[in-house]
Formats: sequence, structure tokens, C-alpha cells
Amino acid sequence: MTHASKARKYEPRKVPEGKLVATSAMIASLAAEGYDTVPAPFGHALVEAAQGDPRIVGLSADLSKYTDLHVFANAMPERFYQMGMAEQLLFSAAAGLAREGFIPFATTYAVFAARRAYDFIAMAIAEENLPVKIACALPGLTTGYGPSHQATEDLAIFRGLPDMVLIDPCDACDVAGMVPAMIAHPGPVYARLLRGKVPSVLTRHKPDYRFELGRAQMIREGRDVLVISSGIMTMRALDAAEVLAKDGIDVAVLHTPTIKPLDTETILAEAGRGGRLVVTAENHSVNGGLGEAVAATLLQAGVTPGFRMIGLPDAFLEAGALPTLHDMYGLSVERVAERIRGWL
Amino acid sequence: MTRPAAAVSNVSLERRAWNIRRKALLMGEVQGQGYIGQALGVADVLATSYFHAMDWRADDPEWEGRDRFYLSIGHYAIALYAALMEAGILPEEELATYGMDDSRMPMSGMASYTPGMEITGGSLGHGLGIAVGAALGLKRKRSDRVVYNLMSDGELGEGSTWEAVMSAVQWKLDNLICLVDFNNQQADGPSRDALAQVPEAPKWEAFGWHAQEVDGNDLSALVAAFDTARALPEPKPRVIICNTRMCKGVDFLEAREQNHFVRVEPDEWARALDRLEEGKPQ
Repeated sequence: MTHASKARKYEPRKVPEGKLVATSAMIASLAAEGYDTVPAPFGHALVEAAQGDPRIVGLSADLSKYTDLHVFANAMPERFYQMGMAEQLLFSAAAGLAREGFIPFATTYAVFAARRAYDFIAMAIAEENLPVKIACALPGLTTGYGPSHQATEDLAIFRGLPDMVLIDPCDACDVAGMVPAMIAHPGPVYARLLRGKVPSVLTRHKPDYRFELGRAQMIREGRDVLVISSGIMTMRALDAAEVLAKDGIDVAVLHTPTIKPLDTETILAEAGRGGRLVVTAENHSVNGGLGEAVAATLLQAGVTPGFRMIGLPDAFLEAGALPTLHDMYGLSVERVAERIRGWL
Repeated sequence: MTRPAAAVSNVSLERRAWNIRRKALLMGEVQGQGYIGQALGVADVLATSYFHAMDWRADDPEWEGRDRFYLSIGHYAIALYAALMEAGILPEEELATYGMDDSRMPMSGMASYTPGMEITGGSLGHGLGIAVGAALGLKRKRSDRVVYNLMSDGELGEGSTWEAVMSAVQWKLDNLICLVDFNNQQADGPSRDALAQVPEAPKWEAFGWHAQEVDGNDLSALVAAFDTARALPEPKPRVIICNTRMCKGVDFLEAREQNHFVRVEPDEWARALDRLEEGKPQ
């Protein structure tokens, strides 16, 4: 019996002429050309923080090398716990260490934390408000491996979890800056992680930018459109704004790296300054992420500007090369610029 | 083997276990229902834990020098409340509030409600993993305290249990003692008909644990098993599989075939207390 609910792609392919674009799933560079990169900002920031704080320990479920936690493990091997390929254990054990007074950083891929270990994060960590810091690589569409590795719904899952703080960083500056902020916050935190060579974006546009937990910050002013974005989509929005500026379209970018608690005050103040189309942009499903959070915030406050959402579709995404996929699903600079132009 | 300060008392273990059973029955009577079968069955294991093996302070349930006791099986809360009252950690006067609005003793155990309830159990298969982390934490602190995790035979079906089983061996957690209450009753029937078909002790041994299997309603056997587990020089985690009888101590309830969630008619509570009274030890 055939599986009727899903279209298959079994037909043989011809090898096309010219250059092939490979998947390059795990180390895909997210940055447009011209941005500097910083190696393993999470790992180095954690080592720096841990040097002055003996409460900090690190745990991973066989993915330390792919979450930059190996930097910490190499620097402080006696404070690193390899928990094996066992995510339920990873978060339960992190809870146990937190009970004994430690601040555990537990890392894996976002799909495995959100989907596989959710009950353990909810009950062993969040319900008891323990200071476990969860840092997860491959958020949203940052790998071409297909739905098994694409965490397109992690923020939607965790937004429903009381007491969990959610961070979606844009660049190396955010990633380095969020580490001390996660430690300073007394409860549990889930952070999406950018690892490997991470582009340096925000300080190029706003030299004095520093990550602040719970705060949205205007990176670029503009009169025609207000983009409210998080994660790598802030980088896309800033690049798209430069493209649109050449057409005389003036785009503001409000970077919102903390998804929960949302900086509703800044969002309402900026969206309430009339005349601008409000566009949310997120590297996440349009269901249950930043866009819907902003929409609910605006509507409840009676602030009703023109409103559009850029995000991933409500679908299991395809496998392939990341640039192809970002173009296909509307996350590339060109697609972002094209859609904003079309909405005006 | 040295006895912890908390264990020094002129009250016998038999009497402690009997007191735990009686308090659990009184709480069950308050609500008219509850996991009374499990409480009566596990009372001897709890008596041995709190009044023979573990150290704790009644006036300071979070004392750093205490042995940790994790109740993975949240629905056994009625049994642990009884033990905590017997230990003086919870006041006996609150017994009548069990399961009521605004009570510190909800039906399923939660750490934020009850002094002495270390973790929020109930989503089964969580306790042993948290215990692994706590045991690692105690070692980091150079503490010689022990983590006890009380779980049920039903939790042997949860995959997370076995993740923790393997990890405890990997990290040589000789400060972890797992207690499995094997009463062969889960919600839909016998555990042996579900996922616990194969004998337990050899399974844990094959994973690298020191395993003992005892009659969990025989106090002298329990004391010996706890002493062995505590004194073992080998750098490995320890498990005591306690074969218990649901509703132990109240014969007409013991005889009921379906006793995972015991239905006790209003007039039967007094009868159950009477039957228990007949077996009261000195």
C-alpha cells in the first residue's frame, strides 16, 4: 500500500550542467559576503564566565563539538559532563546539578531539546524554576538536512512553557553577550545558538550595540517600514534595507533577540508611530513565534498598523543547499526585499 | 556500620512502618480514595530509608548534610507525607488537609509545596535522571551524602530510566542508591505483563550496577540490603529491587485483585484501621 498523504520525489534525476550546489549542512555560513566572522563565540564566552564562577558546569549529549561547548570542555575538562546520546538524561541530570547549587549549560540541537526532551525540560527544570541554561544549535532553517534537524517550531513549543526565557540571537555579538545575561538570570533559559564561524553584524550597523536580556533595540531607523525581527533575520532585514534604500524605501529594523519575555513596551512605542508598515521577520514557522507574539501584542493594545509576517511556512521543509532553501522559503535578502517592496 | 544521627531512636522500625501505614490510611480516609495500596506496600521501604539508613534534620529539611530522597513516583506522595510526618518534617496536624484546596500535601508530590519533597515527580521516568545529576553535583562538592531514588516497576518501562541507568555506571556513582518498588501492579494490570517480563536484578547487573532483590515487606531483609548497599566499596551505583505486596497490612484490601487505585467504600476505612490496629507492634 502506498503512502497517500505525502508527495514522493522518487523520479530519477539527470546531473545538471554547470556548478552543483552542495548541502553543506552542518557548517553552512549564514553571512552574506562582507561580514567578519568570530570563531565559536559561545564557547569562548562561557569559558570567560566560568573562570570567575565555579558554579558553572557544561553538559552535552554527544554534540559538544557541534555546539561549540568543546571549547569549554577543552579549557575546563573537569567541569564538563559528556552525557552520551541521551537527551532526556541530559536535561534531567542538568536539573539535578542545578538542585545542588550549580549553573549547568546543557547543549544539543534545537530539535532534540524541543521535541525529544520537552517533558524533562518542562517538569524537571521549568516547573521548579531551576537555573539550567539550554543552548541549542541549528535553530530554524540553518541546515539543509531536512526536518529531522530543522527546528522550525522550537520557539512555538517553548513559548507555551511558563518561566522559560527565550533568546534568538542574531550574530557573534549577541551570542557572546547572552552568556553572562543567561547566568545573571536566576531561572531557566533557552537560547538558540549560532556556532562555528559566526558573523559579526550588529556592531557594524550600530557600534555601541550590546545584548540586553528582555530588550528590543532599534538597529536602523527608517520612515516607511518597521521590521521587527529576531535571530538571523535581523541580519537579513538589515541587508534587505540597504537594497530597498536604493529604491528610495526607508526601512527601520527593530532587533528583538528576547522572544520571551517580549519587550512589548518598545514594540508598541515603535509600531504606534503611525504611517509605517510593520513587518515581522523570523527564522521560525509563522505559527507561534515572534510574528504571532507581536500581532497579539499590537491588537490587544489597539495598535493596528498595516501588518505582514515573514517566516517559514507551516510545512515540513525540503532538504538541500542552504542558500537554495533560504531563497525557496523567503529568508534570503533578495526575497525579503522583494516581498516588502510588493507590500508597499 | 555507623547509624546516622536521625536513625538513633528507641522506636522500633516495625512501629515506624506501622505508623506510616496508619497515617496513610487516615489521609486516604480524608479524601475517600487514593493510592493507599502503594502506600501500605512501600511503608517498610520508607521506614528503612528514613529511620535506619538516611541522615536528615526535622527542623531543617534542606540541611546540606542530609541524604537526598527523590520520590520519582509522584502518586506515592501519600506514603511519603506519612513518612515525613513520622519524621517530624511535616506536622501531623496537617494530615486532615491532604489533597484539599490550599493544602501543602497535593495528591501528586511537588517540590514547591512540601518541605522534604525534594523533586516534582509524577511524570514517570524522571527521578533517576535527576538523581544522576544530583549525585554528580554532590561529588563535585566533595560531599559523602547519598542520593536515594524511589521508583516503581512501571517506570522500568520508560526509556529515560535506562538512559540514567547507563550514565550512573559511566560516572561510577557509588553515592546513588535506587529503590525499585516492585509490586507488579501498574494502571492497566501486572507490570510483568507489560514491559517488566525479564527478572530485574540480572538486567541491572548486566548494565554494571550492584543489584539486590529482597522481600520489600521484610524489615530485617531491607535493613541488611540497605547496609550492603551503603557499605559496598565498589565504585558503582546500587539498586535494591523491593518486592512488595500492595495493601500490605490490611488483609481484606490485599485480597483485592485490581488494586492500583484502590476503591475503598466509606465504611471500609474504619474497618481497615481496625485490621491494622490488630497487627500493631510494640
